Amino acid sequence: MSITELEFEAASAESAPEQAIEGRSQWQLTWRRLSHDKVAVISLIIIVIMIALAIAAPAFAALTGHPPNSAYPNTGENAAGLPVSPGTNGFWLGTDGTGRDLLVRILYGARISLFVGVLTTVIATVAGVTIGMVAGYFGGVVDTVLSRFVDAVLAFPYVVLALALAVVLGPSLPVIIGVISFFSWAGISRIVRGQTLSIKEKEYIEAARSLGAGPFRIMFVHILPNLLAPVLVLATLYIPQAIIFEATLSYLGLGIQQPTASWGNILGDAQNFYQQAWWYVVFPAAALLITTLAFNLLGDGIRDAMDPRTERIFAASRARKLARARRRSRRRGQGDLPTASAPGEA
Amino acid sequence: MSVPGTENAAAQQANGQQPAPPDSDDDILVRIENVKKYFPIKSVGFTRRTVGQVHAVDDVSLTIPRGRTLGLVGETGCGKSTLARCVAGLIPITSGSITFDGQKISGLSRRAMQPFRREIQMIFQDPYGSLNPRQRVGSIIGEPFAIHNMASGNDRKKRVQELMERVGLNPEHFNRFPAEFSGGQRQRIGVARALAVRPKLIICDEPVSALDVSIQAQVLNLLADLQDEFGLSYLFIAHDLEVVRHVSHAVAVMYLGRIAEAGPKDPVYDHPRHPYTAALLSAAPAADPRTAAQRQRIILVGDVPSPIDPPSGCRFHPRCPKAQDLCQHEDPPLEVKPGDPVTHQAACHFPVQDGEDLATAGSATSAAGSRESA
Amino acid sequence: MTLLEVKDLKVSFPTADGVVRAVRGVSFTVDAGRTLGIVGESGSGKSVMTQTLLGLTPGGEISGSAVFDGVDLLTLGEDEMRKVRGAQISVIFQDPLTSMHPLYRVGWQISELIRAHDKSVSKREARERSIDLLRRVGIPRPETRVDDYPHQFSGGMRQRAIIAMALALSPKLIIADEPTTALDATVQAQILDLLLELQRESDTALIMITHDMGVVADIADDVMVMYAGRAAERAGKDDIFYAPHHPYTKGLLESIPNSSAGGDRLKPITGQPPSLIRLPSGCKFHPRCGYVMDRCLSEEPTLRPVGDDGYHVSACWLPTAAAGLSEQAEEIRKKTVRAERSEASEQIAEEIAAAPESEGSVI
Repeated sequence: MSITELEFEAASAESAPEQAIEGRSQWQLTWRRLSHDKVAVISLIIIVIMIALAIAAPAFAALTGHPPNSAYPNTGENAAGLPVSPGTNGFWLGTDGTGRDLLVRILYGARISLFVGVLTTVIATVAGVTIGMVAGYFGGVVDTVLSRFVDAVLAFPYVVLALALAVVLGPSLPVIIGVISFFSWAGISRIVRGQTLSIKEKEYIEAARSLGAGPFRIMFVHILPNLLAPVLVLATLYIPQAIIFEATLSYLGLGIQQPTASWGNILGDAQNFYQQAWWYVVFPAAALLITTLAFNLLGDGIRDAMDPRTERIFAASRARKLARARRRSRRRGQGDLPTASAPGEA
Repeated sequence: MSVPGTENAAAQQANGQQPAPPDSDDDILVRIENVKKYFPIKSVGFTRRTVGQVHAVDDVSLTIPRGRTLGLVGETGCGKSTLARCVAGLIPITSGSITFDGQKISGLSRRAMQPFRREIQMIFQDPYGSLNPRQRVGSIIGEPFAIHNMASGNDRKKRVQELMERVGLNPEHFNRFPAEFSGGQRQRIGVARALAVRPKLIICDEPVSALDVSIQAQVLNLLADLQDEFGLSYLFIAHDLEVVRHVSHAVAVMYLGRIAEAGPKDPVYDHPRHPYTAALLSAAPAADPRTAAQRQRIILVGDVPSPIDPPSGCRFHPRCPKAQDLCQHEDPPLEVKPGDPVTHQAACHFPVQDGEDLATAGSATSAAGSRESA
Repeated sequence: MTLLEVKDLKVSFPTADGVVRAVRGVSFTVDAGRTLGIVGESGSGKSVMTQTLLGLTPGGEISGSAVFDGVDLLTLGEDEMRKVRGAQISVIFQDPLTSMHPLYRVGWQISELIRAHDKSVSKREARERSIDLLRRVGIPRPETRVDDYPHQFSGGMRQRAIIAMALALSPKLIIADEPTTALDATVQAQILDLLLELQRESDTALIMITHDMGVVADIADDVMVMYAGRAAERAGKDDIFYAPHHPYTKGLLESIPNSSAGGDRLKPITGQPPSLIRLPSGCKFHPRCGYVMDRCLSEEPTLRPVGDDGYHVSACWLPTAAAGLSEQAEEIRKKTVRAERSEASEQIAEEIAAAPESEGSVI
């Protein structure tokens, strides 16, 4: 394909009719497109179920009669002192190494994981947006200082530092939240700075300045609302990262401490038993995997839904297939050889 | 360009129409004096030294009379938009002075400039880019009230709806987003926003060039009505000469940061003295096949030179069909040419005479011109 | 000689909000060596139509036929279309900056185009031809300029280079989609002159798509005025400008600021173009038309001859004698309208007369 052909393709993608986009606010449109995306909808449902289960964890504890931190040496361990398998003695998903109900512990772990994931993302997003927007809007020295700081944070070998911090400060929930937030905001900040730089050049910003709007009004009334879409996507993708970060720390024993349950420390304990008790590893790992995957797929879905171009590309490819089929059938109708010139895949 | 025989009559008529001489301060709203705006070019490396300057606006003096329209014409990169932003106080000027209503507004701090922001409003070219897509129309038009703490609550809403009605929008639509309006309607939103705080001057930067012809006429008529109603002054920037002729009382032609020619519109359009004005006029498309067929186009050779290193002497000389040695060395002052009304000035050593044939002269020197521009 | 004959071309795009009917049955012909100007506002379907001819509207549902030199373009597969594009039909787009690849030298791009369609041409030969082409479109010192990158060219020069590319394979038809809209008046004049001159030299047919009546007045032989996906009127250039029949054509002409016409006020067309998803009933122009009659509300007029030559056709219910800008013609229009109106159409006409400046609403 020569360059000129590429141009033609590009030009035609640009010229698809735009009328369809007009008519509703962008959030409504995004929601509508999102609701047509099966993967995103399923992901959203999974997340909602996860949250519901986490909230309902005490109910499960009451239902099974197994509080999260109670060990059952008689019913929850077999003769050799090993965990019992799922379905045994009323333990739906079996027990853990000390004879506690695995299901209840996973659900209590979900509370910690989701709480840490969402809270750190909120903190990181607020910090990242503020710093990125200030750096991008004011530019100059402010930008140089803030951007170098962001570079420094991003350059840190953060797992090592997080471990060191956890050791020094002693592992606890606030420390974990602080550590994860500190290493998450910089990436958001860098992206927000870039977005701010491009929004700053828009004519409506100049219009606001000509009306006499000050820097804070411009940042909060004009720039921030236009940043929300990309930031929302980014935040959705940061939640699973934070969940994994927390699990990693807890797995290494530097995060949530026993007896409080967390997916990370359940998995950490499970590694001693994986040969005897498969369920001890599989269920918490599956919970972690399904949750992070659902957040990631939802984030992708939101990104696609917010970018009208992707929809156009989908529509175009759908229609190209249609047109190809139509052309083939027409040629057949004219008695031409249909196989002679099957159009190449673009 | 003009029909022989009617020239004198037209000139006299133009003389009769002239506004009061520019010296009486009461009639002048904006006085732009020797304004220069240079943009430094920084080197890419670590030191970011200034390695050159873009002479975007270079020694421009103009006045905008009260209740009238000054049309500013020129091609891409001639500095007309930069000049507009200087007047609007959006960018500081390098030297010179701008006076608004008798008070100097150039060099003021943001705070000191604030009262003048109400008096000077802007309408932008791009009806899509100039409205915040996340704001509802009501808050877009109401924004000047919010910034200047003028009206609030129901009072603001009422005034916004009055404005919407005045510019021909349905006041019921104040809750909608800009994306739900067509280009022409968005431009009306921009007009309503500019009008909100009752300014004295509205700077229109290519307000209709992004609109379809029939919509363009609607907006031009609206602007004319508003001028009559509120006694507004306009600084009207456009590249479409017919549009500028239609809306303006006086025009100024810019080339490469300088004013090439300025004056009341009829003398400038009917008897252009600067060869660049003549070339622009001859190149403007006329929606009339007979005119188009008869007209002798002056085809300018080469491209507009770089404003970083503008040509010596007259800036137009490398492309000028009438250029002579003098033009290379000496920068012609903006002055009244013999036989012209006192308000009609041109910056040319060898002004164009009525009926002079520049189209043929142009082809004769085209070889030299292309060598120069290359 | 008829080079391109388009018959009843329809293009629509299914979208989430409904079907966008961009082109709703357009027919026209272009002869070798002639220029057809296609005029219309944004959303009139003028660009979609020509892009469809070149297979550049993926996603569109297309019907009708477009016979170019004996071949129906609409039945061609992508590979066959690629051979036609560039070699026999070339396109000049509005924005010269995006039509060239920024990372390759101008000369290389032209050479590559030549060699893509004819492998037997050597690199040296292709380069020589590129230089010749650049010289032909008036680029000074083509021998050195051929090695420049697109960003080293000014807007006007870039558009010249695009024209050089369009000419590279001696096409029979050039489609120019708003080629001068992004350019300044003096440069626009240069480019239009260049196109005319090149056309005269090589007997190429030219389709000029524009919203600017001035451009049409300059270079077209025939003009087709489009509105809401259909041809409103089609005629030789002089008839369009001096004897327009369709009120939309007349409105377009009258809304242009014109010093010779005089008068302080412009005469805009009321309202705005309709949404292509929800088109009005009957004649699609009736909600904006000052001459609206009863039948306009229910029946959509088709093109019918209105002039003496048989070429001048208009899709309007007004009598054929109503063509022109004269007072006589206006008298005929008024008389017809008076006779043909009842309550419904009278009300629309009153609304238009009451608020000639208002913009109406699409939603």
